[in-house]
Amino acid sequence: MASNMKLKKVSLSTTPDESALRSLELGNIVYLNGLVYSAREGAYIKVVDEGTPLPLDLPELSAANFHCSPAAAKRPDGSYDVGAVSATASFRFRKWMDGWFRASGARLIMGKGGMSSDDYKRYFVPNNAIYLTTVGYGTGALLGRGVKRVRDVHWLNELGIAQAMWILEVENLGPFIVESDMNGNSLFERENEKISAGLAKLYEGTKPAVLKRFGETDDRSDELI
Amino acid sequence: MIPIDVVHSTAMTLMEKAAIEIPDDYLAGIKSAADAEEGDLSSFVLQSMLENYETAKDDRRAMCGDTGCPRWYVKMGNEARIEGGPVSLETTLRRATAQATNEIPLRPNRVHPLWRTDHNNNIGIQAPEIEFGFEPEGDWLDLVAVHKGGLFGTDYRMLFPSDGIEGIKRFFLDCLIAFGKRGLACQPAILGIGLGGNKDACMVHGKRAACLRVVGDRNPDSEIAELELELTELGNSIGMGAMGFVGNSMVIDTHIEVGYCHTGGMQMSFHAFCLSSRRACARIYPDGRVEYRTDPRWFTPYQRRETVEWPLT
Repeated sequence: MASNMKLKKVSLSTTPDESALRSLELGNIVYLNGLVYSAREGAYIKVVDEGTPLPLDLPELSAANFHCSPAAAKRPDGSYDVGAVSATASFRFRKWMDGWFRASGARLIMGKGGMSSDDYKRYFVPNNAIYLTTVGYGTGALLGRGVKRVRDVHWLNELGIAQAMWILEVENLGPFIVESDMNGNSLFERENEKISAGLAKLYEGTKPAVLKRFGETDDRSDELI
Repeated sequence: MIPIDVVHSTAMTLMEKAAIEIPDDYLAGIKSAADAEEGDLSSFVLQSMLENYETAKDDRRAMCGDTGCPRWYVKMGNEARIEGGPVSLETTLRRATAQATNEIPLRPNRVHPLWRTDHNNNIGIQAPEIEFGFEPEGDWLDLVAVHKGGLFGTDYRMLFPSDGIEGIKRFFLDCLIAFGKRGLACQPAILGIGLGGNKDACMVHGKRAACLRVVGDRNPDSEIAELELELTELGNSIGMGAMGFVGNSMVIDTHIEVGYCHTGGMQMSFHAFCLSSRRACARIYPDGRVEYRTDPRWFTPYQRRETVEWPLT
């Protein structure tokens, strides 16, 4: 087993200043303290596309947008029981990111799988924001334990539990891994490059399928299955 | 007669166990993958997952916040009779799914594909899936709850006999590499491969291979069993590990299920179960006894029969 000792662990505020973000490096392990909110396509459409005002004061209260939907249920007393929390894949949200950064002042985007370094350079870097990826995927119980209380939930009736905007008080919420830095580099892309170098050897001896599929050719006159 | 209230209480327990308790066979598989992993990031991911399983059990909270899409595999011995009949059984499973979604809690993932209507209980049109199987002997009812992740890690391709084993390996690598990048397949996982049947049956066989067989189980056909081991080794030699980081843990085990197909084709489907491998099973007897287990024991000689007749004892 490899030693994890060399991975640097950092505790970070959910309203971090620029210098704290600049000191983070790809592959650092991050735990968050403060207030985190969930926002994904439901909230993005409302705010970015339709111009609906934000339901809370951002980024003063929080600059940490989690691409997630908690497994949550309402208790009889009206409070909420948050069981596990895991992220959803972030690449689907790239088209809203620029508008969302402007509207919310977010500095931290947490989610699953990250985005491309092109997206980081285009949308994140100009807004002094970075991307933190969840771990696993599916350290949902660990993340659930980091949620101390549901402070509020917005647009629950309109958007449903999964798409509502959940405002969560968190303590040592994590682990997250720094996926993009303030220069827009991507950890996943760095790893992909290393792995891709060995792929040709792996495919030695295999041959392409007898019939191709769309996506394996750009020639529209080819016969495919 | 199997009492329907016992079906309901058992189904509630299974929904909870599947979401919270990592099955022993998969846990042992992850532990040995963690021991063998040399990549520092991939190793950190596996250690975090091991910690996550403990946290889930200690706190009685779901392992993963995306609790997937609950589905049911139901098997009956030939002599089993359910109080209220099959409609009562289906209704009871739907009720337990809805109630457990709220009580555990699970994430209500199920929405209408077009209108995105969410009943907040994982119930809707054709949801949850309930699949049935039968065995020639017994008066029992087996329930298997599976909370299957829903977005990445599944593909299908029509291959042909001339593609051969090499074609199977190639499509296997294509799938693992495509879904493995950035860890979208939630690897290292149990992989299910469906071969043959037809397009829909091939998907069914492959998904069952991933969800209903335990780590270490081998196909009774010795050459297929050999291929299962070979594919596992191939997957772990990509150079990729958990979350798509450099490493060598992609596959905990590979299970292949076959179905007779059209003479001209060799359909192949690929399915990745996830890092939580959420399955829980129970056998219910007419006297109300319930035995819980984690091995679905779905694939019996009867399920894989190729003869016309099957002797009934």
